[in-house]
Amino acid sequence: MNATTVSGRKQPLIYRLPVISHFRKSIGLQRGMLVTGLVLTIAFLLTTVLAPVIAPYGYSQLSDASGTFPAQQAPSGNHILGTTVGGYDVFSRVIWGSQTAVVVIVVAVAMSIFLGVALGLLSGYFGGWLDRVLVVIADAIYAFPSLLLAIVMSIVISRGQSSFWGGILACSFAIAVVFVPQYFRVIRAETIRLKAEPFVESAKVVGASSIRIMGRHIFKNATRTLPLIFTLNASEAILTLAGLGFLGFGIEPSSAAEWGFDLNKAMADASSGIWWTGVFPGAAIVLTVLGLTLVGESMNDLNDPRLRGRKSAGGKVPGGGGGSDARTGAQAALEAEARTL
Amino acid sequence: MTTLTEAPPSDADGLLPSKKKSSGGGLGTYILVRFFLILPTMFILVTMVFFLMRVIGDPITAAQGGRLPPDVLAQRIHDAGYDRPILVQYFEYLGQVATGNFGTTITDRRPVVAMLATFGTATLELAINAVIVALLVGIPLGMIAAHRRDKAPDAVLRFFAILCYATPVFFAGLLLKLTFSVWLGWLPVAGRASTRTELAMGSLAAPTGVYWLDALRSGNMTALGDVMAHAVLPAVALGLLTAGVFLRLVRTNLIGTLGKDYVEAGRSRGVSEFRLVTKHAYKPALIPIITVMGLQIALLLGGAVLTETTFEWKGLGYQLVQYLNARDFVAVQGIVVLLAVIVAVTNFVVDVFAALIDPRVRY
Repeated sequence: MNATTVSGRKQPLIYRLPVISHFRKSIGLQRGMLVTGLVLTIAFLLTTVLAPVIAPYGYSQLSDASGTFPAQQAPSGNHILGTTVGGYDVFSRVIWGSQTAVVVIVVAVAMSIFLGVALGLLSGYFGGWLDRVLVVIADAIYAFPSLLLAIVMSIVISRGQSSFWGGILACSFAIAVVFVPQYFRVIRAETIRLKAEPFVESAKVVGASSIRIMGRHIFKNATRTLPLIFTLNASEAILTLAGLGFLGFGIEPSSAAEWGFDLNKAMADASSGIWWTGVFPGAAIVLTVLGLTLVGESMNDLNDPRLRGRKSAGGKVPGGGGGSDARTGAQAALEAEARTL
Repeated sequence: MTTLTEAPPSDADGLLPSKKKSSGGGLGTYILVRFFLILPTMFILVTMVFFLMRVIGDPITAAQGGRLPPDVLAQRIHDAGYDRPILVQYFEYLGQVATGNFGTTITDRRPVVAMLATFGTATLELAINAVIVALLVGIPLGMIAAHRRDKAPDAVLRFFAILCYATPVFFAGLLLKLTFSVWLGWLPVAGRASTRTELAMGSLAAPTGVYWLDALRSGNMTALGDVMAHAVLPAVALGLLTAGVFLRLVRTNLIGTLGKDYVEAGRSRGVSEFRLVTKHAYKPALIPIITVMGLQIALLLGGAVLTETTFEWKGLGYQLVQYLNARDFVAVQGIVVLLAVIVAVTNFVVDVFAALIDPRVRY
């Protein structure tokens, strides 16, 4: 799972960065998947940054100089993707929705990384009863339907709050709680492995404090897999946010544009054949999640030499060398899969 | 995990062949220990849900605050015992849950257990239908992808699997509704059955609550057709979500077994490719497949909440959202605890199942 290519000479920094090194390693189908994912993800990020330029109206704008927007209007010149039952411009809300998604991803994942890494380091390094208690709790949370947990959390936190940051924070925190056990598990396992390494021992001999050993020696070595989990969690965060919004526990429409909430309102429209209010926010979710998942999946495959396509494999890749090799390869992929879900 | 393979005393007199001795005892102990591992999980989840729900305040103020005069409200809170210290309430709740008493809902004053039984069957029906769809789609497609590894069909199918994951169930539901109900007019838009069938189902003696089973038992073929028509779209929406996972699972594990020597040996003996994939390679791949499929129950239940809301399928998920909106936290607590029990028990059953199939699985 090393992000850098194994070679005697150190590669320039730019080639050692996660996504770029992956790109250089990839061939054929895998490169296709990675590139598709990257294109979708970059498009998503550009939309976020350029939202004020692209979106013709504000996300909660109901009228302009020529008057109030008509409700449930089919796509036309003025509103290229039509308007919703509340009179919002669908195109503008889809564009602004990407900003909400990015903010929630960043806040949620940052919170869960911080908590998960800190707890994982503590638990793995010190062991003992603290470790046992934390593992049991993390397993219990991990086994629970994540959406349900997020719903309960968002109710507890927001209690019907509707301000932009209030809603965003409530959603992010609800999502973060679901993710903490994942980071916790990975970091804890790595910490336990690294704890036995000679360099930790020598640091102890030199007299480094536990905090310094955890923060410097172990932390730096244990975080190699984080970019991968980050990408996969980012897509899950969008799905959870949309799920919360769809069930009505997300962010109010007047304080931010949120795709899931728009889909909730669109359900009633669908029965009467009004398709544009739901199809476009839905497509935005699918494309964004698709992009992030493709990037994450490709990185996962490329990190594992047994799953990686070879440049000179002569066309046929019969699943590694021997049978047992292929088996462990499958097992590793399975574990990675279990982590994604 | 510690090793638990010491032979029980009954085996010591050498009545059993020596090989069976350790594995037989190991299995029994394993199942027992695995069973007791459910308890801490359950305990933590019940505790977590209880305290999270109480952070908001007492259930009666949450549900009816503002609608009742303060003195009536205070009286109600006192009668229900919500003004006692939180720890007293917590231990009382633990005792009640242990004896299967989940209290009475605040908004519609029903025993929580009865409410769970009514809506649970609807969710069960949806889950069964969805798993059937997922298996029918996921397993054959996974076999094709594994067999044609790194070729065009594999690429298309892997993309399909990721697409299944990337599409939220409610969006899949919306697209299905638009296509098959609104434009083509083939299938009903929402609900579990039309009103007439609902009434017929309700008047049955000793209904199971699973509509197609009830319709089948009463021999009412019109009702059966109606129930089936209503079941298709929700089952497909939820089933596709899981089908993507199954597809990848079958593919990954089949690729592992397809590379084994005995498969090559079978091929050299002239066993057909179809048989090699569906029998020789598939059967040994089943254990990890079953294990991970079992773990998907959490995904399935989470998806069920969204699917039920999308299709107004009156099950636990639909009802959960209703109760949440009404701030009826006694009911919410009951539903969440029940779902936690289902997940924990399913994981237990899956582990035992895997241990029964594969004697190597012992911890």
